[in-house]
Amino acid sequence: MEFVTPEGLRRDGRRPKELRQLKCDIGVLSHADGSASFSVGNTQVIVSVFGPSVADNRAESLTDRAIVKCAYSEAHFASGARWQKKGRADRRTTELASTVRNALEETILVDLFPRAQIDVAIQVLQADGSVLAACINTAMLAVADAGIPMKDMLAAATVGYLESTPLLDINHTERTGNGPELLLAMHVNLQKAITIIEESAVTSEALEAMTELAEQGCKAVGRFLRENLLEHIQRHATVRGVTVK
Amino acid sequence: MVCVGDRIDTDMQEGFLRGHGTQVLDGQLVATECGLVERVNKLVSVRPLRQRYSAALGDIVIGRVTEVAGKRWRLDIGARQEVSLQLSSVDLPGGAQRRRTAEDEIKMRTIFKEGDLLSAEVQSLHADGSIALHTRSAKYGKLTGGDLLYVPAALVKRQKHHFTNLTTMGITMILGCNGMVWLAPTHEGSSAAASSTSAPEQTAAKAPASAAEREAVSKAANAVRLLASLSMNISPASLLNVCKVCAERGVQAKDMLTASFIGAMLEEESQQRLQTSL
Repeated sequence: MEFVTPEGLRRDGRRPKELRQLKCDIGVLSHADGSASFSVGNTQVIVSVFGPSVADNRAESLTDRAIVKCAYSEAHFASGARWQKKGRADRRTTELASTVRNALEETILVDLFPRAQIDVAIQVLQADGSVLAACINTAMLAVADAGIPMKDMLAAATVGYLESTPLLDINHTERTGNGPELLLAMHVNLQKAITIIEESAVTSEALEAMTELAEQGCKAVGRFLRENLLEHIQRHATVRGVTVK
Repeated sequence: MVCVGDRIDTDMQEGFLRGHGTQVLDGQLVATECGLVERVNKLVSVRPLRQRYSAALGDIVIGRVTEVAGKRWRLDIGARQEVSLQLSSVDLPGGAQRRRTAEDEIKMRTIFKEGDLLSAEVQSLHADGSIALHTRSAKYGKLTGGDLLYVPAALVKRQKHHFTNLTTMGITMILGCNGMVWLAPTHEGSSAAASSTSAPEQTAAKAPASAAEREAVSKAANAVRLLASLSMNISPASLLNVCKVCAERGVQAKDMLTASFIGAMLEEESQQRLQTSL
């Protein structure tokens, strides 16, 4: 299959450095302390955050900082693949959850809440490539909505590499090309990489090109997240009658 | 208005003090939360619009007993930290002096047991972050025969009176700073939480609420739900305002949460605000 036409267009009509359409909704669930839904193209994720609260398990809690707990689940109808009954914690799910958890623990100012626990529940509604990046971005929005202090704005992006071209925000069709795939999560303002995942063998030039594109992607996503958070605050402040200077 | 990671402008000031929701990076003040910037003299802080309840001294809260531990009760008030109510900081039934005996500890369940709902005041905040409550006043104590509502804690502002008697509706309202709101019919000659000084069996023997009382409570409860769904501040004044609009339009309690009434309420609110701003 040809993934990039000679004119430089991808199968869904995007340019190689183009993101899919981003959409988000903050504060979607009333029972959670913070929540958000986020979609990139057809990938859609919803995250709810509870906490910081007293840790369920006293033995697990830490005296100098809060612990973050992440639960990841994918809806049966999320992907085209036939759903198979798996154990409660299959390996892929556990790994995705722990990746998000690590990124959040790096971002949240956990040392402000000793002995506390922050629960993050991730639900993937539709999986069409770049799912992990979407999970991190949604979690960032939900944690911000919960009013939990963070070091910096966290944003993530995925880059694929097919036919000697780095492709930003690859979808499911492009994933079937079995090319290398790189996930980058970074603190946008501090310019600090938090998570980099790349599992296949690539040349150093390709890796460099991919990382650079991922960085650009993260910054674009970060701008989008920031704009939406500000809009959300603006709306709520107006309703509550708080004057915004 | 700032978002996480945004720089907060401090150029106009000679020096600044780092407040809540901020951090200092390379000599610059950076927001760690999304919200509104507040400046009080040199102190710069960010106030988020929504956050889990964090206790402050003197707050009136409503909570549910989760555990009876030796010499103290543990409560769930939806806070970040652990909450405890010491046996030494409750008024014993009949206003008796406490005798520090093992018997008192054994009889703790006759005062409050697991699952009981009570109103209390924050007595102190310990260094390890845990909260201690007290009910050393006739107005605090067990709550029975009413309706409990959960709203975001940020919507309940600290005010002079958290116990309010809405005489026009015949309702007693307790606004917990932790976002729990208690609504119960007012009984003559008894304050909302007189049960702390009387034996619990007596309160249970209270006559069941009449239909009119129940309707009044439901109406007030729906008014609180409506305010919460619009994320407007919850206070006796705002609640009465909803009920006033409700009465003007002849809307029944059961129709208060319909889209049409919510729309009407929004319209009313915006008109009121226009008038005050003019």
